[in-house]
Amino acid sequence: MTDSDTAIRSVYIWIAEGTWRASVDAALSLAPDGVRFTLLHVTSPDAADTAHGAYRGLLGRGGPDPGQRLEALASISAADLIEAAARRLGRPCDRLEIQGHTERAVVAVSADADLLIVARDGDRSRLGPKSLGKATRFVVDHAACPVLLVWPEAAPDVGTIPPPPHHPHHRGP
Amino acid sequence: MNAAIGETVSVAALLGVLAWAVIRPRGWPEAVAAVPAAAILIAVGAIPVGDAGTEARRLGPVIGFLIAILVLAHLCDDDGLFKACGAWMARSSAGRPRRLLILVFVTAAVTTAVLSLDTTVVLLTPVVFATAARLDLRARPHVYACTHLANSASLLLPVSNLTNLLVFATSGLAFGRFAELMALPWLVVIGVEYAVFGRFFASDLAAKGPGSRTRPEAGDVGLPVFTVTVVILTLAGFVAASAAGVSPAWAALAGAAVLAARALARKRTTPLGLLRAADVPFGLFVLGLGIVVAAVVDNGLDTALRPLLPAGTSLPALLAIAALAAVLANVCNNLPAVLVLLPLTVTSGAGAVLAVLLGVNIGPNLTYTGSLATLLWRRSLRSHGETPDLGEFTRLGLLTVPAGLVLAVLALWAGLRAMGG
Repeated sequence: MTDSDTAIRSVYIWIAEGTWRASVDAALSLAPDGVRFTLLHVTSPDAADTAHGAYRGLLGRGGPDPGQRLEALASISAADLIEAAARRLGRPCDRLEIQGHTERAVVAVSADADLLIVARDGDRSRLGPKSLGKATRFVVDHAACPVLLVWPEAAPDVGTIPPPPHHPHHRGP
Repeated sequence: MNAAIGETVSVAALLGVLAWAVIRPRGWPEAVAAVPAAAILIAVGAIPVGDAGTEARRLGPVIGFLIAILVLAHLCDDDGLFKACGAWMARSSAGRPRRLLILVFVTAAVTTAVLSLDTTVVLLTPVVFATAARLDLRARPHVYACTHLANSASLLLPVSNLTNLLVFATSGLAFGRFAELMALPWLVVIGVEYAVFGRFFASDLAAKGPGSRTRPEAGDVGLPVFTVTVVILTLAGFVAASAAGVSPAWAALAGAAVLAARALARKRTTPLGLLRAADVPFGLFVLGLGIVVAAVVDNGLDTALRPLLPAGTSLPALLAIAALAAVLANVCNNLPAVLVLLPLTVTSGAGAVLAVLLGVNIGPNLTYTGSLATLLWRRSLRSHGETPDLGEFTRLGLLTVPAGLVLAVLALWAGLRAMGG
């Protein structure tokens, strides 16, 4: 294996509300010079679909469908978020805004990346077990490329890991 | 007309009206099917002209009341009330997702109770989404909270839901009495929703970054004091009018008229804008649907359903009534469900009709569009792969609806016993 086989050329940075700064910062401090950055944000249709469903539940009411309004707002918000991330990154980058099932979309588009940077979500008060949120857990579990998992803030103390369960041989001679 | 033929024709008409409402061919309003269907049933004698007239006289004031509330809510939106709510939620939450969820719960519950569930779904939900996005928070829990509370927090007042207005008009309960009996179930259901949401969305509610992307919104406005005062006075007017034996619809009309006159004088709205807000086709749809359902009930559904409905207001009876109402609301929609169940339960007293309301108002959260029929139709329209994540919505419904329904019925029963049903 030569160096060129393992060289990192393409880094995908998953941008998610609330935790994106940590992903961008990790890219800046850990990725080698000359790599190609891609900022990736996924808009899940969940929120707009829920609003649309609630509107259809109001049998017979006229007026605007809030689902459409939410789709428009979501698209503005995603553009804003990617823009803020690009500013923080301060390097040339590609921007990828996708609509779809968040965790599956992240896995699908990052398949050919040399590195995917992911900020943890879920319970961030302890180191585990099962502290990863559903989306992050799915991506870590399914990703086809190397994954860098970063803490959005200072990581909790190692002491937050519960002690191992007692085993029979501890019972004595 | 022979009752069997009358029932067959009426059921066919009802199915046609509901199918139209679900499918909405070319996006035409639901009234396009409901009004001719009612006219046909009257013409062929499936419902006597006198009975149809009685139904129309019963529904007319209810529809007028609802229209006044819809116009009032629309004018509140024009005056920036919901934008101001969004700004207040953004400020008070300090960018903390759990605090924002509490604020969304309070705002959605109060908006639904006072200005009806339509207002929460159509006017508040987009504001809540924008508020979450602006704070760099995940919007999902907050948007779901709006859509869930639009249903489950619509228990408190007769004006909170069209289903309540229908019950209010028929049951003879006073406005204040209705609110007294429904206050405890309302609080209990909101408590159940909050407990479930906090756990269900734990991951989304933990996602807060070190700073926040908060940017000041252009044109952030303070609370429109005049508008809020009018809404509070209207609310007081409901109770006062009802206590004096006058229809509280007049208070709603007065409130809407004051805001409309002011908006017209300031050129913030036009007569056409007000007419659009009044949603006349919707009123015609309710009228047509009411007459069609009356024909179905009178021609035999009442005798068929009556054995299923327990009499009295014992706890098991109330639970059974609420469960049946929830099932019926989930099959088609809660509007026809309440129209069917109301004449069958009104003789059993206030407890029974309020139990129907618990079922038809909380029940729709079980399915994503409030009914299986609409859900199946929407699914069939979508190509594979772009269907919404129904599993998640259904899990949330299963966690909140049965628990909320049982506890709300218990609360209603306790209230009836304490205050005398």
